[in-house]
Amino acid sequence: MMQLLRPVLILVRKDILLEWRSRDLVVSMLVFSLLIVVVFNFALNVTPQQVTVLAPGIIWVTFAFAATLAMNRSFVREMEQGGLAGLLLSPVSRDAIFLGKALGSFLFMLLVEAALLPVFGALLNFPVLSFTLVLTIVMATLGFALVGTLFSAIAVQTRSREIMLPVLFFPVILPVIIAAVEASSASIGSEPGVGLNRWLPLLAIFDALFLVICPWVFAVVVEE
Amino acid sequence: MPVNPVGDAIKLEGLEKSFGDWPVLWDLDLTLGWGQFLVIFGGNGVGKSTLLRILSTQARADAGKALIAGYDLRRNPQAVRSRVGVVAHQTFLYDDLTALENLVYYGRLFGLDDPEKKADEALSRLGMDRRSGQRLRSLSHGMQKRVAIARAIMHRPSILLLDEPESGLDRGSVELLRELLQEWAASGRAVVMTTHDTELGFSWTGQLGLLAEGKLHLRGPEGSGDSADFRRRVTVSLGASR
Repeated sequence: MMQLLRPVLILVRKDILLEWRSRDLVVSMLVFSLLIVVVFNFALNVTPQQVTVLAPGIIWVTFAFAATLAMNRSFVREMEQGGLAGLLLSPVSRDAIFLGKALGSFLFMLLVEAALLPVFGALLNFPVLSFTLVLTIVMATLGFALVGTLFSAIAVQTRSREIMLPVLFFPVILPVIIAAVEASSASIGSEPGVGLNRWLPLLAIFDALFLVICPWVFAVVVEE
Repeated sequence: MPVNPVGDAIKLEGLEKSFGDWPVLWDLDLTLGWGQFLVIFGGNGVGKSTLLRILSTQARADAGKALIAGYDLRRNPQAVRSRVGVVAHQTFLYDDLTALENLVYYGRLFGLDDPEKKADEALSRLGMDRRSGQRLRSLSHGMQKRVAIARAIMHRPSILLLDEPESGLDRGSVELLRELLQEWAASGRAVVMTTHDTELGFSWTGQLGLLAEGKLHLRGPEGSGDSADFRRRVTVSLGASR
C-alpha cells in the first residue's frame, strides 16, 4: 500500500508546489466559474420558488465546465518539458502516476468548489451547509477527477487537445452529472433523504467503477 | 571494481521497429558488456532516438529480444527503469521548480535515501551547485541540459543512455560530460550515446557504431582496414542525411 501511496503523494506535492508558483489553474477556474454563475444569475433571474429546480443545474454546469479547464491543464503542464516522459521513466507504477494526477486535480477542483459554494448560496439563496450537498459535491468531483485525468492523458497526445477533451469527457461523465444534479436537487429541496438513498449510492458506484477502470486504461494509453 | 559483474549490460537480438509501413530498425543485434562506452553515429531519422527510447522502456519494439542489465524489457520494465539514466532532447524538468527541487522530486520518485544530498552531489558534479536555487526557466538552455544530465545520473544508474547530449552544451560542458561518461564506464557501468557530430564521437574513447539501414554496424579494431572504412562510412552516412 505504501509503495502505491508514496509516489502518489510525491506527485500531489509537486503539483501543489507548481500551482502555488504559477497559480494559473485555480485562478482561471475560479474566474471562469464566477463568470458562469453571474451570467446564469442574470439570464435566468431565479426566484425563491425556482431555486430547487434551477440551482442544481447551474451548480453542476459550472463545476463541470470548471473541471474541463482543470483537466486541460493537468497533462499539458507535464508535456511542456517532457515531465510526463520523465515520470514514465521512473520506477513508479502507472497506477500511482494516474492516482497522483487525479488526486491533485481532485484537490484543486474541491478548492475552487469550496470557494464558489458560498457565492451560489448568496446569489441563489439556498443553504450551502448541507451534509448531503457537500457529500454529493465530493463524490461527483472524485468522478470528474478520475474520468477527466484519463481523458486528459488521451487528449494531450492529440493535436486538437482543447476540443478533444470535452468531446471525450462529457459523454462519459454524463451519468455522474445527472446523479449529482438529482442528489443536489433533493438536498436543496425538502427531501434530502431521497438524495441519500437513491443518488448518492449511484455516485458511489460510478466512483468505484472509475477507480478500477480508469487507472487500467491509463496504463494502456501511456504505453507509447 | 565493476558494479555489475554478471552478464551483459545490454543484449539485443533481432530487434525490429516500424512506424506504420516505415521500418526504422530491423534485425538489430547488439551486445554491450559492463564497463563499455558505445557511441552511435547516424544521420537524421535513422532510428538513433528510437533505439534509445526502446532501451529506456519509452517505446516498444515490434519484435526481437532485449535484455537490459539482465532484465527483459517486456517482462520487467520497472526493474529496467530503476537501472537506466536517460538524457533526451527534452529535459524532463519543470520550469517553475528550481534545479534542486526538480532533482529532489525525481530522487523521491526513484526512492533514494536523502534525495536532497544526492541532488546536491549531482548538481555539483555538473558544476551547477551555485545555480541550484534558481528556477529552471531562468537558466540558459545549456545549463538546463546540465541539470538534465544531473537528473539522469543522480540515482547512480547502471546504464546511461544519452541522445545527442552534446547539443546545446559549450566546449567546457562537453569536456565535463566526456570526463563524467568515461568515469561512468570505468566504474564498471555502461554508457550508450548517440551523436551526429563525427569529430566529437571519434575523439571520445569507446566502442563506435553506425546506425544505418536499420542495423548497427560496429567499428573494427583500431588501426585495421575495417576502422578506416568505418570512418568513411560514417562520413558518407551523415553527409547523405543532410
